[in-house]
Amino acid sequence: MRALMEGSEAIAEAAIAAGCRFFAGYPMTPFTELLESFAKRLPEEDGACINAESEIEAIGMAWGAAATGARAATGSTGQGLSLMQESMSEITRAEIPIVVFNMARGQGDYFQATRGGGHGDYRHIVLAPIDVTEAVDLTQLAFHLADRWRHPVLVYGDYLLAHTAEAVSVSPATFDEALPEKDWAVDGSLGGSGRSRNLNPIGMQKGTKGIDPDSFWRRLQEKQDAIEAAEQRFEAEHVDGAELLVVAFGTMARFARYVVRELREEGVPVGYFRPVSLWPFPSRALAEAASGARRVACLEQNAGQMIDDVRLAVLGSAPVVSIGGISTDAAGFGIGPLLDPAVVRERIEAALAGREVDGVLGGAIA
Amino acid sequence: MTAPLSPAATVSRGTVVIAVDRCKGCELCVPACPPAVLSMSSQHNAIGFAYPELAPGCTGCGACLLVCPDFCFEVHRFEEPEPGPPPEDPACAP
Amino acid sequence: MKIDTSSPPERAARKTGDFASALQLTTDHDLCPGCGEPVALRALLDAVESLGLAQRAIGVVGIGCYTALTSLIDLDLVQALHGRAPSVATGAKRMRPDTLLFTLQGDGDMVNEGLQEVIHTAARGENLTCVLLNNGVFGETGGHMTATTVLGQRTKNSLEGRDASYHGHPILIGDLLARLGGTGYVARGSVHDAAGVARTRRYFERAFESQMRGEGFSFVEVLTMCPTGWFVPTREGPGYLDEVLGSVHVTGELKVDGRLVGA
Repeated sequence: MRALMEGSEAIAEAAIAAGCRFFAGYPMTPFTELLESFAKRLPEEDGACINAESEIEAIGMAWGAAATGARAATGSTGQGLSLMQESMSEITRAEIPIVVFNMARGQGDYFQATRGGGHGDYRHIVLAPIDVTEAVDLTQLAFHLADRWRHPVLVYGDYLLAHTAEAVSVSPATFDEALPEKDWAVDGSLGGSGRSRNLNPIGMQKGTKGIDPDSFWRRLQEKQDAIEAAEQRFEAEHVDGAELLVVAFGTMARFARYVVRELREEGVPVGYFRPVSLWPFPSRALAEAASGARRVACLEQNAGQMIDDVRLAVLGSAPVVSIGGISTDAAGFGIGPLLDPAVVRERIEAALAGREVDGVLGGAIA
Repeated sequence: MTAPLSPAATVSRGTVVIAVDRCKGCELCVPACPPAVLSMSSQHNAIGFAYPELAPGCTGCGACLLVCPDFCFEVHRFEEPEPGPPPEDPACAP
Repeated sequence: MKIDTSSPPERAARKTGDFASALQLTTDHDLCPGCGEPVALRALLDAVESLGLAQRAIGVVGIGCYTALTSLIDLDLVQALHGRAPSVATGAKRMRPDTLLFTLQGDGDMVNEGLQEVIHTAARGENLTCVLLNNGVFGETGGHMTATTVLGQRTKNSLEGRDASYHGHPILIGDLLARLGGTGYVARGSVHDAAGVARTRRYFERAFESQMRGEGFSFVEVLTMCPTGWFVPTREGPGYLDEVLGSVHVTGELKVDGRLVGA
């Protein structure tokens, strides 16, 4: 049944539809309404939503819940995610499947999301929905991928996603791959059997003194390589014959897609590419999409973060320029002058014509 | 240290098995032993530590087991007390 | 006269004590001579075993020397970050309310890095047991001051002894937690002698029974020897514990059945 829901509400419903029964969080704009939604709904589903006393405690609680095999999630805004990074790192190495939502204040947390964010040698899966409808799908996919790989998945949303209401329908999604048994999850049942478990991020083994970090880290890296190969997701439109390829992610991409469609109808040779998974970044598909373009233009609401990945994907086959930039409202949220199809159109046209755009002062075209 | 034992005290109501190979020589068992029948060896084990040795008079109380950080003690209680050995009299030595 | 202690006696006898707890996988560990942590761990495992809770127990372990002991614990475990075990335990217990959920943390872990965690977990009345192995120093780093280091105690970063005017005062965490509304049982034991070990095991049993009755947060603090971190010979560890730590962090039950002892 379709219903008008704000992104925060729809994401909580999607998580519950995916079987999430535990959430812990600490209020922070624009994440707060996601916490409110879980706080209202999880008790009705025989689950628990805990008002954690800090973001550090919130992710610790989700860690413990997920360790028992339950589908569990936490979230915050980029600032709160910064507090969670130590746990994100350890949870990745302990191979515990949790889902983390970043209802970010804008697109400035791209590096935090895609570079692992914490200490050590790791990345986690990052999915960035373009709108509320896709957020419902990607939230359910996030829980699926977390369980499939025993790996954290971050859903990267923002103010616009969290607070925009759309008519959506939420029902449990089905996936082709069967998920592995959670025989690793702790339930206490194996105490005294000689086969009890130790879910740990440092490679401790039962019955054996010490650790072997070298082989432990290599095994985890092999898994990350497999994720990188298997889980690249993207959306592309009007790539054929595009002289300029516009690359954007998340809600900003909705503006890019709209303008590219509009320009194409007018016969202007522009194309559109959106990484849906920010890690693994869809490098192969982007390189292919950009292979016929004279220029690649990156539209992101920050001083230039995703552009590094775009350049690495394109590897010099075409110049990559920024047509995004810092663009905020008075409170520092990403609701700035860049969220305007007319501004985006002006910038895309400038890039197509080979003119420079000012990447720092929001809205201004040089 | 250990007070000289009277003949009566040398009756043993139990004994211990000591895993001397994993003893780290901390000596915590020595003062913990109520009848004071544990003392440290003059020899060293394979990892270089002195280890406890048992004299007659063990009561099988298990205090040594409780305080040992290295899990070196197994405790047995005799069904019937074992009489102590005859007092050692230097004058009778051959 | 020396008695042969290399094998069980030939004389009729019954075994009254095993080398290790039934819930230990091995006896092999690299903790220092005279360390109190393996002693406290055994008391904990024996308590779990005696209550018949071995097949329902989940431990959440912090980071300290005792982390190395996880290799020999035959219970389901989750390894947490330094200071964060109470939150991890909270999430696990909420999803598995029928289990016996306990944490195992040191004073650096619980009272320094994660003080907020244990206080909030207690105040929320989470139905789990937090266990503190308190030796008053960071043992794993080699003997540095923690939040429980007592005044006058010499550590590698309080060389002339902890000075209240310079280093501040120790936190008596058991006393602090006992005053919170969410706590059902709080006790402080010690492993410096056999009677203390036996008493500590009883405290574990009472805390676990309290948890299984659903009485909310329970807490067992255990004073443990760290001769390496205290810079004293191993045989002097128990005396140092009793006189230096034990005179400030006073042992005994602090709260039983949700009521402060002696109040």
